[in-house]
Amino acid sequence: MIRRLARNRLAVFALLALVGAVSLAILAPYLPISDPDAVDTPNRLRPLLSPGHPLGTDEFGRDLLARLIWGARVSLLAGIATAVGAMLMGVTLGILSGYYTGWVETVIMRLTDILMAFPYILLAIAIVAGLGPGLRNAMIAIAIVGFPLYTRLVRGVVLSIREREFVEAAQALGSTDCLILARHIVPQLLSPLIVAFSLDVGAKILATAGLSFLGLGTQPPTADWGSMLATGRQFVILSPHVVLLPGLAIFAIVLALNLVGDALRDLLDPRRYSR
Amino acid sequence: MGVSIVVFMVLHLSPGDPAEIMLGSAATKEDLARLRLEMGLTEPLHVQYVRWIGRVLHGDLGRSLWMKRPVLGEVLHRFKATLILAASALVLSTLGGMALGVLSATRPDSILDRTSMVASLFGASMPVFWLGIVLMVVFSLWLGWLPASGMWAPYGGGDLRDLVAHLVLPAVTLAAASMTIIARLTRSTMLEVLGQDYIRTARAKGLVEGRVVVRHGLKNALIPIVTVVGVQVGYLLGGAVLTETVFAWPGVGTLMVQGILARDFPLVQGCVLVVALGFVLVNLAVDLLYAYLDPRIRYD
Repeated sequence: MIRRLARNRLAVFALLALVGAVSLAILAPYLPISDPDAVDTPNRLRPLLSPGHPLGTDEFGRDLLARLIWGARVSLLAGIATAVGAMLMGVTLGILSGYYTGWVETVIMRLTDILMAFPYILLAIAIVAGLGPGLRNAMIAIAIVGFPLYTRLVRGVVLSIREREFVEAAQALGSTDCLILARHIVPQLLSPLIVAFSLDVGAKILATAGLSFLGLGTQPPTADWGSMLATGRQFVILSPHVVLLPGLAIFAIVLALNLVGDALRDLLDPRRYSR
Repeated sequence: MGVSIVVFMVLHLSPGDPAEIMLGSAATKEDLARLRLEMGLTEPLHVQYVRWIGRVLHGDLGRSLWMKRPVLGEVLHRFKATLILAASALVLSTLGGMALGVLSATRPDSILDRTSMVASLFGASMPVFWLGIVLMVVFSLWLGWLPASGMWAPYGGGDLRDLVAHLVLPAVTLAAASMTIIARLTRSTMLEVLGQDYIRTARAKGLVEGRVVVRHGLKNALIPIVTVVGVQVGYLLGGAVLTETVFAWPGVGTLMVQGILARDFPLVQGCVLVVALGFVLVNLAVDLLYAYLDPRIRYD
């Protein structure tokens, strides 16, 4: 499998870029970079390649390289945590609605249908309105609006497996529902879930950045790519790089995640091999 | 009904209650008690919902705390601007996406096909608000071809030409991602359809290639394309919130964000309800369109 993945050069390059970005984010406190929140107004809006500031400075004279690296910690963590949250909720509800028929299935599927009746980002904004602006609440909102995707995916797989002979045999042998789910059903979900998750992290990074851009996610002075874009927007005429760099960072990371996700899909689900 | 329950419930998600959030931490107990009574928050939740939905059905979405005006009128006024933006983006993304998809499918592995594939990957990865800023920098600030923000020119505008000039950048920004998704789906569906026996028969009959592709190919590929276009309407209505913020487009999205920051819950509730209902109606229209496109589909 690794050999097949290695043959896809673009995916390998994207994977290396992702590993590099994650390493930078993890090692941020130990890297020889400036304090991302240190204000230095005499040096505000410095251009690229300025002495001591390779990527320039923002409107408060804060080092853009440091803020981009520290911002990666927030943006990547937010993307991964919201995707994990959505997946855990979605998988639990998907298994319950796929394995147990009757009112459990009806309630879960109606809830899923209702949530899917809303435009994705609009519902997230509405939930943040109820919970109050802030990164934690933005992440909760995005996880809530994201779980129906996993519920539908998992329910479909569980429905198809539930009627198979090996599940019937396990039931006939007296296995409990928990044992059947853990031993026979959950392992079959891994492959579609890995693919969905890898493609979903990018979407979640875009969504959290979007909420931060609207002022509903990360609050100042915390560095985050979405909020950097929002504040830098006011200085776009004087210093376009203040806006272009965080946007480029989001674009590059999401592109890398999508490339890796596509490669994993082709690897784990050859029937859906993109033409 | 489900949509209305969710819209009602989201404002009851907060650890305190809407009165606490609206008045903030500095509010006195007396003020809080008075607002709770005014808003009916002392009643059980289901009673509050029934009372609220009764008012909504009579066209009363409450009064905006921030603007001191009825919410419905304000939201509908702004919704017109959102509809103009979203509808323009939908037309642009559907026509552009289908044209690109058909051209790619009829010329597989050509430069156009490869460019379209790369563009679809880029479209799915690019933050819509960043694309908007980039387009604004290039076409408004550097080249000076198009206005950077707003819906009308502050002086001397107000005609159709002025509106179109202000609409181009936001509509292109909003349409970009959807266009790439529609192009990709059209391509794969068309490739499948063009391999069918009836297409070979049509060609064997000596029909012109354009007629084979459009009349026999595209028409039979329309159902999955219409499904995706319907889904994209939701994306466009949601994405409009971000695009409107970038271009200061006076739509329901900017109104909603202003409402959240001003803690104006009746206004936010009204905005979400109107947009969500619009999306539900579009989905209904898409379902009805299936029966028109494929007469074998019947709704009993």
